[in-house]
Amino acid sequence: MTVPSVLALEDAEDPIARIDERARWIRREVIRLIAIPKVGHYASAFSCAEILATLYYGVMRLKRGEPRWEERDRFMFGKGHAAVALYPILADFDFIPAAVLNEYTRLGNPLGDHPDMTRVPGVDFSSGSIGHALSAGLGMCMAARLNGLDFTSYALLGDGEQHEGQVWEAAMSAAHHKVGRLVAIIDRNGYCLDGPVDDVMTIEPLAEKWRAFGWDVHEVNGHSVPELLQVLRMLSMREQPLRPAVVIAHTVKGRGVPFMESEHGWHLGFLDPEDERRALAYIDQPELS
Amino acid sequence: MAGTRAKPKQGSWTLLDLLDQAPGLAVLSSTLSELVDEGAPVVALTGDLKYSNGLVRFADRHPDRFWNMGIAEQNMVTVAAGMASTGVMPFVAGFASFLALLCCEQIRTDIAYTKLPVRLIGHHAGITLGFYGTSHHATEDLAIMRSLAGLTVVAPTDAPMLSAALRASVRHEQPIYMRIGRGREPDVYAEGDLEQFAFGKAIWHHRGADANIIATGSMVFPALRAIEALESTGLDVGLLDMHTIKPLDEDAVLEAAQLAPTIITVEEHNVIGGLGGAVAEALSSRGTAVRLRRHGIEDAFILIGAPNALYAHYRLNADGIAAVVREEVER
Repeated sequence: MTVPSVLALEDAEDPIARIDERARWIRREVIRLIAIPKVGHYASAFSCAEILATLYYGVMRLKRGEPRWEERDRFMFGKGHAAVALYPILADFDFIPAAVLNEYTRLGNPLGDHPDMTRVPGVDFSSGSIGHALSAGLGMCMAARLNGLDFTSYALLGDGEQHEGQVWEAAMSAAHHKVGRLVAIIDRNGYCLDGPVDDVMTIEPLAEKWRAFGWDVHEVNGHSVPELLQVLRMLSMREQPLRPAVVIAHTVKGRGVPFMESEHGWHLGFLDPEDERRALAYIDQPELS
Repeated sequence: MAGTRAKPKQGSWTLLDLLDQAPGLAVLSSTLSELVDEGAPVVALTGDLKYSNGLVRFADRHPDRFWNMGIAEQNMVTVAAGMASTGVMPFVAGFASFLALLCCEQIRTDIAYTKLPVRLIGHHAGITLGFYGTSHHATEDLAIMRSLAGLTVVAPTDAPMLSAALRASVRHEQPIYMRIGRGREPDVYAEGDLEQFAFGKAIWHHRGADANIIATGSMVFPALRAIEALESTGLDVGLLDMHTIKPLDEDAVLEAAQLAPTIITVEEHNVIGGLGGAVAEALSSRGTAVRLRRHGIEDAFILIGAPNALYAHYRLNADGIAAVVREEVER
């Protein structure tokens, strides 16, 4: 039987407020960590802060301090360049020592721009090469069925990632093999590296494509914790699901920092100390933006 | 010899400022644009990386000759093969890791086997993407590309040589894989140094009596600094710039073997299968007795770290190369 997150049960009376607070904390941590190498993917991390916070603090079946617990839900970070948003969560769950964060990207540290399962407990699969994540999650679910486990694999994909052919190979095979415990979440922030996704290579009609591949399709505001929590909890509690599900989460790249929301160049960049103070002020006082 | 290096950017910056930090990549766009202006049938393709490789400038000048193919590299490579079959000359630019590794089969079957004049530009090769990690490193591309029949494999040393190689490619019938760095490598050559540039013709910087380095691509500049440092300690170490890995300039390798008892190959690549492998094959097939040290990445995946920290760690900077040479000479 599927149980909701062990950690969610430990959590505060108001899970939505708690998750919103964690999403703001993730953004602050992203800024703190990127200041170490002085280059990073702020905007890509900000667009998925609520998605990550909802999964880890409200949905996934996890045990604090036990990153290799075999019944845990799995998380695949398809848009791995936003891993800087995941590392603070892994420390918060005692999967990695918090001190490791302070040496982010420094020579020999396990934490790089992309998540590495060989170095970082809590990273269920390495990523960095766009398009592999859904296949890895599918493989985990297929093996789980063989081994009598019922965990769910969540794959957070970028919308630019939809360009990759392998995504659609995985989509086709998951539906064919009736792998219902595979849940894809698409961070539909609208931008890839060279500009608007649909200018570079359009992916629309996205929902119709996934439906045509045999998936259940849900669409939410990816910054609304109540919406995310409702659909992801519903998916996690299905009994014997036979169809994989995709959640298209409509988001804003750079969400939370207005000058990043309006400038796609912030896909990659560096905040000098003055701009860092401005960004933190917006995150701490969202009513300013 | 020049020696310019990009200045680090001050203050906040974004993707849109990257080109100013990578003058070595600006040459890609400017040379291709000039070739179009001169009447060459050049077109360019990239997959959501026009800011990373600077092709945004080519796209601005020749929008009808530029295609952004999205993050779908395998399709892009075979599309280029199709274009080439009609008489145009496609230049396909992408991170070396994805171009050479993800698209290996498309390159072999659709470009090398078909002998179509596609020019593959694998940028940010080696470990230049630093803490992006193994997915973004290419320390296998030379070995893989070198094993594809009929493919010319070149690692231009700096921006002037990239420009010379792009120009030479227009007169070259075979398909080409060109491996370059992140565009911040210091220039080794000045304008005018490369008038005789030809694929397969290595360039001697100095012929050494104690040992000779054969270096390629990004390693030529630090190797040059290393032989200068070694000279001040009384060691006469030569340097051969082996910019073309295939076809290899075997005559130059044999000359190096005759000049001194030790050869050290230096590459930003696994020691297996790349420059060191090619040189070893050449020496052994000619029955040449010489000590060969293949210096590079020792069949390992790379630590997390910024590029300069990694170069120091793996002894791929001037000090590291000098130390490796000294180890070999003093054995």
